[in-house]
Amino acid sequence: MLTKEQIAKRIAKEVKNGQYINLGIGIPTLVANYIPASLDVVLQSENGLLGIGPFPTADKVDPDLINAGKQTITMVPGSSLFNSAESFAMIRGGHVHLTILGAMEVSENGDIANWKIPGKMVKGMGGAMDLVASAENIIVAMQHCSKDGQSKLLPQCSLPITGIRCVKKIVSDLAVLEVSPNGGFILKERAPGVSIDEIKTKTAGKLIIEGEIPEMTFD
Amino acid sequence: MINKTVKNAAEAVADIPSGCILMMGGFGLSGIPENCIQALLQKPISGLTIVSNNAGVDDFGIGLLLKKRMVKKMISSYVGENAEFERQLLSGELEVDLIPQGTLAERVRAGGAGIPAFFTPAGVGTEVAQGKEIREFDGKMYLMERWLRADFSIIKAWKGDTVGNLIFKGTARNFNPIMAAAGKICIAEVEELVEAGELDPNQIHTPGIYVQRIFQGVNYEKRIEQRTITP
Repeated sequence: MLTKEQIAKRIAKEVKNGQYINLGIGIPTLVANYIPASLDVVLQSENGLLGIGPFPTADKVDPDLINAGKQTITMVPGSSLFNSAESFAMIRGGHVHLTILGAMEVSENGDIANWKIPGKMVKGMGGAMDLVASAENIIVAMQHCSKDGQSKLLPQCSLPITGIRCVKKIVSDLAVLEVSPNGGFILKERAPGVSIDEIKTKTAGKLIIEGEIPEMTFD
Repeated sequence: MINKTVKNAAEAVADIPSGCILMMGGFGLSGIPENCIQALLQKPISGLTIVSNNAGVDDFGIGLLLKKRMVKKMISSYVGENAEFERQLLSGELEVDLIPQGTLAERVRAGGAGIPAFFTPAGVGTEVAQGKEIREFDGKMYLMERWLRADFSIIKAWKGDTVGNLIFKGTARNFNPIMAAAGKICIAEVEELVEAGELDPNQIHTPGIYVQRIFQGVNYEKRIEQRTITP
């Protein structure tokens, strides 16, 4: 099974040179730590920044400079700042190439649920609905099963959904899977030491296995 | 040029009545109008509808107005950092409209720009789409959203001049410029107020036409929600 850091590390391999990328809160934020320095990419923060840099040193903390998770950050050279309407114009307009976010559930046709548990959690969707409705490539970082062992890769989402038919790829603690345009999770890679049988058992939605499924490799 | 200056926050918010619609700038606690929130707390008003991306935290920002039960309804995109908010919501004391953040921003922008409705892909197929017109454009589905306008918009900028031109700093800009235009009366509090002519017109983010009242705020706390550092 992968740790959160390893999930982030594996997702970082999906990043391509020249991309503008939005990273969600949680594991997706960690992806920034593993993007190779050889790639020129720009991280977007939906509260109005292109060019997120690392966390500041203690003497450089600025309350007027935060990311969407309200964490203090810095700007890289070449950054730009803008208002919230402009920020989502660039998201909906398809200018952000890659969105990486967390999920509570993903369905076999690519629906995602990650914003609400009726009667329990009412935090709001933030920018997630805009992002999943717009980005051309959406990768989900998630645990394969919930804390009580239930599969989070389902035939249909049981929780209120955030967006329909939008997830392209999932990196979980057990596997890398692609969502087939015809429905179903196509197994692409296994986490080191994880068997196909275990992934089968823990995937409630339709699982498609074609040919040899390699173990993930980490540099 | 038209001088927009008022003395302080108390004077700026003096005529805000119970039951009105307020927009308040800020993302998290960044770029919130701290002085006006304090001045509102001193007023015997209630039943407010507040349009703001977030609802502050329990003891700062809009959270203070919630605690005093001055708010009837919040229109926001994310309210996760406020336990009192969640309590009032689950108990039915507070109404809330949760709106996708980009839709919220565009509804505010549209309100200020005179566009009564628009189509967006955000929320198609979700409960956000319930009761809304859905239409297909070039093979993709979109839903119709209406503009948002307010009786007062209360915003915070870094620098401003006496005629209401504003410059923001960092990510404290967020919803502030678009809310300026969407309020019948826009109140802007700034960290530094200068005379007209002292700001470079090339650098103005929000033109003074949108701002009706401006003052220099005091004692900014600028509380940080998540202090993350590189050791």
